[in-house]
Amino acid sequence: MSRFPRSITTTVRSSTDHLREVRHFVEAAARQFGFVDEDVSNIVLAVDEACTNIIKHAYGGSSTGEIRVTVIREGTSFEVQIHDQGRPFDPESIHPPNLKQHLSEYRRGGLGVYLMRRLMDQVEFSIHPGRPNEVRLVKYLGSPSAHTGT
Amino acid sequence: MSDFKVNHREGAGIHVIELKGYLDAHTATDLESAFQRLINDQKFRIVVNCRDLTYISSAGLGVFMAYIEDVRKNQGDIKLTNMSSKVYNVFDLLGFPILYEIYKDEQEAIRKFGESSTGR
Repeated sequence: MSRFPRSITTTVRSSTDHLREVRHFVEAAARQFGFVDEDVSNIVLAVDEACTNIIKHAYGGSSTGEIRVTVIREGTSFEVQIHDQGRPFDPESIHPPNLKQHLSEYRRGGLGVYLMRRLMDQVEFSIHPGRPNEVRLVKYLGSPSAHTGT
Repeated sequence: MSDFKVNHREGAGIHVIELKGYLDAHTATDLESAFQRLINDQKFRIVVNCRDLTYISSAGLGVFMAYIEDVRKNQGDIKLTNMSSKVYNVFDLLGFPILYEIYKDEQEAIRKFGESSTGR
């Protein structure tokens, strides 16, 4: 029998003051799964970035929406599914930024999706009319961490 | 209870901002206010001590992007110091070491300001 539930969920309002709560929820689940500190930090940051994008872009800063965060742990896979009912977010519009150009123009923002892709093994967006928007973030136990030189 | 604190102190024309806790999309406005106050007061020689900064997301890094141009136009700079490896990793992933001077300790950053004759 597993040491922990395969799937756990929390739901928060679409406000940045709930980011801390989401981070704590994901951090505890990732630690329990056996990730080392660096991986835990990376997963937590990726989920924070996804939720921040939802609050800013899908809900346009309104705090009346909901964000549902589900962690599914199976084998070596740690998957975080994040659902919202805000405006559909077009993943095709997110191109990896040219970091040097981005920085040289002192551009602010737009780096969240890039970070998510660097920090996680898989990042997928599912947008279907009439269904909640979904972001899937997957990290495998034992996969290399994102840091300088990798 | 706030997860994030900004402390400001000044010595010999260098303004040191100390960050403590979690810098995310919720707390980024506190840091924005601190930078805005300095810029309004024409204080452009800024060291940001990150010794007690536990966490940063891209929303937090965006604050530095928002003010660096103004500061440098006025012959000043924002120099960063005392980062944990966890916080440095996020700066590094986003290429910030290309744009910002990052030092191991505050005194080193202050000395660098001393080596340049411009700024206020």
